[in-house]
Amino acid sequence: MYRTNVLCCAGTGCTASDSALIYDNFNEALKKYGLENEVKVIKTGCFGLCQKGPIVAVYPDKVFYNHVKPSDVERIVSEHLYKGRVVTELELTDEDLITKEKIYDIDKIKFYEKQQRIALRNCGKINPEDIEEYIAVDGYQALGKALTEMTPQDVIDVMKASGLRGRGGAGFPTGVKWQFEKDQPGDEKYVICNADEGDPGAFMDRSILEGDPNAIIEGMAIMAYAVGAHHGYIYIRAEYPIAVQRLRIAINQAKSLGLLGKNIFGSGFDFDLELRLGAGAFVCGEETALISSIEGKRGMPNPKPPFPAVSGVWGKPTSINNVETIANVAQIILKGAEWYAGIGTEKSKGTKVFALGGKIKNTGLVEVPMGTTLREIIYEIGGGCPNNKEFKAVQTGGPSGGCLTEKELDTPIDYDNLIAAGSMMGSGGMIVLDEDNCMVDVARFYMEFIVDESCGKCTPCRVGTKRLLEMLTKITEGEGTLELLDEMEQLCYEIRDTALCGLGQTAPNPILSTLSHFRDEYIAHIVDKRCPAGVCKSLLTYSIDPDKCKKCSMCARGCPADAISGVPGKEAYKIDTSKCIKCGACMSACRFGAVVRK
Amino acid sequence: MKSLEDLKKMREAALKRVEMREGEKDYRVVVGMATCGIAAGARPVLNRLVEETAEKSYNCTITQTGCIGMCVYEPIVEVYGKDGEHTTYVHVNPDKAAKILEEHIGKGHIIEEFTVNAAQSKEA
Repeated sequence: MYRTNVLCCAGTGCTASDSALIYDNFNEALKKYGLENEVKVIKTGCFGLCQKGPIVAVYPDKVFYNHVKPSDVERIVSEHLYKGRVVTELELTDEDLITKEKIYDIDKIKFYEKQQRIALRNCGKINPEDIEEYIAVDGYQALGKALTEMTPQDVIDVMKASGLRGRGGAGFPTGVKWQFEKDQPGDEKYVICNADEGDPGAFMDRSILEGDPNAIIEGMAIMAYAVGAHHGYIYIRAEYPIAVQRLRIAINQAKSLGLLGKNIFGSGFDFDLELRLGAGAFVCGEETALISSIEGKRGMPNPKPPFPAVSGVWGKPTSINNVETIANVAQIILKGAEWYAGIGTEKSKGTKVFALGGKIKNTGLVEVPMGTTLREIIYEIGGGCPNNKEFKAVQTGGPSGGCLTEKELDTPIDYDNLIAAGSMMGSGGMIVLDEDNCMVDVARFYMEFIVDESCGKCTPCRVGTKRLLEMLTKITEGEGTLELLDEMEQLCYEIRDTALCGLGQTAPNPILSTLSHFRDEYIAHIVDKRCPAGVCKSLLTYSIDPDKCKKCSMCARGCPADAISGVPGKEAYKIDTSKCIKCGACMSACRFGAVVRK
Repeated sequence: MKSLEDLKKMREAALKRVEMREGEKDYRVVVGMATCGIAAGARPVLNRLVEETAEKSYNCTITQTGCIGMCVYEPIVEVYGKDGEHTTYVHVNPDKAAKILEEHIGKGHIIEEFTVNAAQSKEA
């Protein structure tokens, strides 16, 4: 029996800053101090507060250490675990994150206070590589309940009543989707978990898979029982190695315990699960393209209908749900539809996970009830923009979504409100932009992504998005005209109306939404040949204010293009604009603010 | 695993491993584990507390702290209730520790003779 548990975050973010070594060092140091039988070190999934990683939490003391380095480990062991003295320098102390002056209690961290964690309930709490820990926190109880006490139709009725909608972005009611498949004739049916998370800046699904893989296995088994399937696929990108490995471990453990396989819980229900690795094509997140990819064909979409519920993988009825959707299933079965329907707004029930990134203090993963406002997420949980910069917009929904501005910050988030505000829920990526972001450049970034990821099957997407990118590039280089802007907008509508799949139809959204909120920035690029945020290089010039210049030569020494001349101590420095490559090195080198960018 | 009963059994067994990370307990038992405490024998006390709590499922968490400042009375065990009231037990040994759990945590009775007040009045 262990007296203390030390939880090391082993999510992708913390792993990237050496948390695997921290884990090893803990085990070594505990041995050195003879504590290996008293203190257990456990790898967990993402805590969500990635900004503060690597994170180590100590229970039952509830001490939360942040920014832990491998070299700090011995101190934590010798001081805290051996002598009982908390290492206060490593404790989370940011004023905007904690409620009391000194906290010894994880539950009092502000970052978590506004959150309600259902899909993420076990992330950062249990060891994802140990199915017994999942079972200890009520794991597989819901599957047992469904198989022994409920008919498939009961399960579907509960899902319908819960109001759960697809978390991949489109928001289709999950229970209704399942009903379609169940009502199809035939006994060969399939279920698929769509883990092909591809939006730039989104990592909700990855974190769930890494932190609680068994929740996905259980959710899929319940889904299979409801629709009458006996075989499932998890389609996951190979770029998620930690998630893939933990899923493999979880599937093997579930098989060895008989929680997957034949005659589960003696109910006569058989279910088997396979992983299918994708090569990371964005379009494979589109369900018909995903099905093609599973069948070993090139990942390209097909027209709908027929919908996958009628003719999916191998031409058989198939339900496809996103990771986060499936992560909610077991909890809904266990706690009931009423409980779930009691959370959220009238038309969007439950919670939503968002990956908070960009110009935000507390980068990380948050789960909030539907109906929470953007302001609460960005300011109260996220802590606002760093360095006192002014908030400009938040991009939601990835390359298919759009931007929302200050005006929309008090909109309660749900599927319908975000669409009404000109963006979309999407899978949950939320990228905050501040005054230093150029909106034309943001649109160009997403268009570049789409051009790279277009599968090429239909002309509007293959050719149209390429043309859009060319037009945007012209504008950012100062060669745009107002006629070009009108043409570009026209082309956006044409692509939206004619492309084959969701990827193409929504591809113009980043342009349309930035045009509607920030047309003045486009005009500034076109008419004034100026980038207001100072991002688009072709429109910038650097110069040195001779009155502020202290003739110290720091700028000239930092210039990689030898474009700055002057005499130290005697003559103010000057930039030769014909040589200047606009890298900004002089601006960061100058300590007197003498370098001016226009 | 063939039935819900098996799942339940496995859950019971696994629960002890994760429960210290869950929720609130009625009592918090804190052991002074600075150099003075360890030298006076706090480690076996702590281990006994952990074992007994695991075995008998007392409604408390066991944690440790540094030097409480009364080194002469070590090993010291403090019991904090939900309302913040606390009792300080001094010169605790493993058997006394087990008794404290049984009486104080289990039945809500403070063992007066083990407390710091009793030790001080004896000296006076």
